[in-house]
Amino acid sequence: MTPNSESDLAEIVASAKRPLAIRGGGTRPIGSPVAGDALSLGGLSGIELYEPGALTLVAKSGTPLAEIEVTLAAEGQRLAFEPMDHRALLGTKGTPTIGGVVAANVSGPRRVQMGACRDYLLGVRFVDGAGRIIKNGGRVMKNVTGYDLVKLMAGSYGTLGVLSEVSLKVLPQVETAASLVIQGLSDARAISALSTALGSPFEVTGAAHTHDENGTPVALIRLEGFENSVTYRSGRLRDLLKTYGEVEIVSDPNTVAAQWQKIRDVEMFKGDPRDIWRLSVKPSDAPGLVARMPLGRDVTYDWGGGLIWAACAPDTDLRTLLGDFAGHATLIRASAATRARIPAFHPEPVPIATITAGLRAKFDPRSILNPGLMG
Amino acid sequence: MEMPTPQAGILANKARLIEMLQAVLPAGAVIHDPVETRAYECDALTAYKCPPLAAVLPTSTQEVAAVLRICHAENVPVVPRGSGTSLAGGALPTADSIVLGVARLNQVLETDYDNRFIRVQTGRTNLSVSGAVEERDFFYAPDPSSQLACAIAGNIAMNSGGAHCLKYGVTTNNLLGVTMVQMDGTVVEIGGAHLDAGGLDLLGLICGSEGQLGVVTEATLRILPKPEGARPVLIGFDSNEVAGACVSDIIKAGLLPVAIEFMDRPCIRATEAFVGAGYPDCEALLIVEVEGSPAEIDEQLGLIKAIARAHNPVELRESQSAEESEKIWLGRKSAFGAMGRINDYMCLDGTIPVSSLPFVLKRIGELSGKYGLDVANVFHAGDGNMHPLILFDANKPGDLELCEEFGAEVLKLCVEVGGCLTGEHGVGIEKRDLMNVQFSHDDLEAQLQVKDVFDPKWLLNPAKVFPLEATRIRRAA
Ligand SMILES: Cc1cc2nc3c(=O)[nH]c(=O)nc-3n(C[C@H](O)[C@H](O)[C@H](O)COP(=O)(O)OP(=O)(O)OC[C@H]3O[C@@H](n4cnc5c(N)ncnc54)[C@H](O)[C@@H]3O)c2cc1C
Repeated sequence: MTPNSESDLAEIVASAKRPLAIRGGGTRPIGSPVAGDALSLGGLSGIELYEPGALTLVAKSGTPLAEIEVTLAAEGQRLAFEPMDHRALLGTKGTPTIGGVVAANVSGPRRVQMGACRDYLLGVRFVDGAGRIIKNGGRVMKNVTGYDLVKLMAGSYGTLGVLSEVSLKVLPQVETAASLVIQGLSDARAISALSTALGSPFEVTGAAHTHDENGTPVALIRLEGFENSVTYRSGRLRDLLKTYGEVEIVSDPNTVAAQWQKIRDVEMFKGDPRDIWRLSVKPSDAPGLVARMPLGRDVTYDWGGGLIWAACAPDTDLRTLLGDFAGHATLIRASAATRARIPAFHPEPVPIATITAGLRAKFDPRSILNPGLMG
Repeated sequence: MEMPTPQAGILANKARLIEMLQAVLPAGAVIHDPVETRAYECDALTAYKCPPLAAVLPTSTQEVAAVLRICHAENVPVVPRGSGTSLAGGALPTADSIVLGVARLNQVLETDYDNRFIRVQTGRTNLSVSGAVEERDFFYAPDPSSQLACAIAGNIAMNSGGAHCLKYGVTTNNLLGVTMVQMDGTVVEIGGAHLDAGGLDLLGLICGSEGQLGVVTEATLRILPKPEGARPVLIGFDSNEVAGACVSDIIKAGLLPVAIEFMDRPCIRATEAFVGAGYPDCEALLIVEVEGSPAEIDEQLGLIKAIARAHNPVELRESQSAEESEKIWLGRKSAFGAMGRINDYMCLDGTIPVSSLPFVLKRIGELSGKYGLDVANVFHAGDGNMHPLILFDANKPGDLELCEEFGAEVLKLCVEVGGCLTGEHGVGIEKRDLMNVQFSHDDLEAQLQVKDVFDPKWLLNPAKVFPLEATRIRRAA
């Protein structure tokens, strides 16, 4: 089913007799497998309003992300939360849509400093499981009128409602960017270096620790802004970090962009046959947690260490092996059999699970919206 | 302002209820003498007052849970309270309610500079959170003008903003986790030192829920390293419209100042008389602040001044010293207080698309003529969050009602141009009955059902946020 309007969509949901498997571009098949009739949002496409002077853009949920990025670039603006493209990692094809980005609350390396997709989401329109059309938030930058269902919808993977329209805050593009690179650090030293950078006044907009093609550990720190300012801050930060080793400054914008796109899209694990886990933790806990992971794994860190991407042997239940830890782990990529066995999303403590179940029962009383996807 | 009729059964049961509360709280933590409960009869929306049945001041999450369990069992409404600076009547009690104040929950629990967060009890004031991390040159970014007094509890409940949120975001963008007690006494931990939710974003839902979903007792907040320096520039214009156009041009040019604040002449004059901030006497004043090293500041301010010059400012003055900058901000943060010295006022808080600023300012001027009430404007122009202060005389019969009618018309205008009723102060009781202007029946129903999940008996701050008519059946159930 491919509705062409919001009212079509509402009708389809209202009259649905069976569960619906909701898809935007189909590039992010994250979560437990859903059995249901395919409902594609591809027909709800188009930018409805773009006011560069007010830093706002409103688009139908099926609008291709690329269309939005091109439109913004023409006015020297961008999506500051730098949404990851999952296609390389998940081996999917298709066209990522803005609705998919919002439904999965997809952010990139800049999240650590500038916030997540949910922080730039100003408003939503959606159809709930009863077929009601609901709006929340709006198109202005500050809005505390009523409950914030906008945040609730971001990252709810279509399980509370089918997004029909989203409204976003956009930001100016930057003049230039640079990376500071330190090679050969242990995980713990690298995370410490990243923390030092993020704790400095030099406005770091990316802080990752990964490996190059030869397996050498590489810590990367990104600075963005006006050229003089980036040059100045690169120099100051290099001085601050020299106790960690030799700091190379990469200032060619294309090289810098390529480096961070690789980190954003976790290209390191592209085509890797292992299962992929994604953990959000307190940065200084990260190296210790990784040390507890089973042998035969590889990891890469973003968000100053707070985001761990781990490739582990297929069918490993990483959560059980790690035991209790502060944060959460999501199984991003695995065989259908594994995803049917191991919950994709982190199981919640009872009181939280009770609230979650209560909300689902209200927003999707018939359990027809991507049922079971989030557990 | 209509409030629910106090339930006679609860009023009659006061003595027993007090005893039960005293049994679970330290000595002196239950305030029930009618002389003393007067201290809790209103918040900063002083036009509406009603002393509660009692006020309680617990000192731990467990005590909060014990209080809530009793009120839940006895079906007594509870009004959570931080510092009582709400401008929307969010902390206004009813005669049959218990005010649950978190003022004694004011400790710093953990400070972690490596991971850039602080964990506090929520009765702590906003400014003293920054104060706690100042020694290491860190700060907590959201800075409401009331920051000396208001508590993190109220900031979370209202999703408060501040002058510098253009760059740093509002409370919800700086909140990492909470400990919250539900109305039935269940304690939940949401979020923590890590980023983003593992399941549904309940943290985002709780922030801004105006004390209706649970009592927040502890919070993990993001702290940031202070910038190397900051410097404001004052830009004066002889018309509001031109000032509005200048704001839009600065944003369009790709500059991202930390703050763009706006004041009009009545406000400038009152503030000058109050604190002597050194503002020029002009029709409209912008305070634009940028951050960085001295050279970075020079570069950005150079670009901003060039844009301003194209609009023929009557004044263009860069702060020359840290003392001058401090005075400029003291003026801005005292603006409400300065107006309050000379007049009663009602502060509106609608947000509009920045592009509509000139039009809306002009319309407000026209409405001011129609209602015969003066208006002073002081607000966060960078994000379109307006604060028209409507001046009235509380001693003059009918003036408050006239002022409210005027205010409602302005807020409807904000919604009409694509904006909203409230950008940072919250709905409370003040804008409760205007919610139908912005939301359809189904839009409101979707929000009401969230409260059904968290507080099925509708006991937490029940008469706020939604039109009373829309919640009547739920409250009576
Ligand atoms: C002079 C002045 C200037 C102001 N400037 C700004 C500004 O710049 N930006 C801005 O955003 N606001 C501003 N405000 C409004 C006000 O300060 C904020 O709304 C503030 O966050 C309220 O905090 P409080 O602790 O005083 O909360 P209170 O007034 O005590 O309560 C506010 C709301 O929070 C709820 N609440 C309190 N504690 C809890 C808790 N523990 N758990 C759950 N809910 C709770 C209450 O029930 C109520 O609904 C200003 C107010 C004044 C008087």
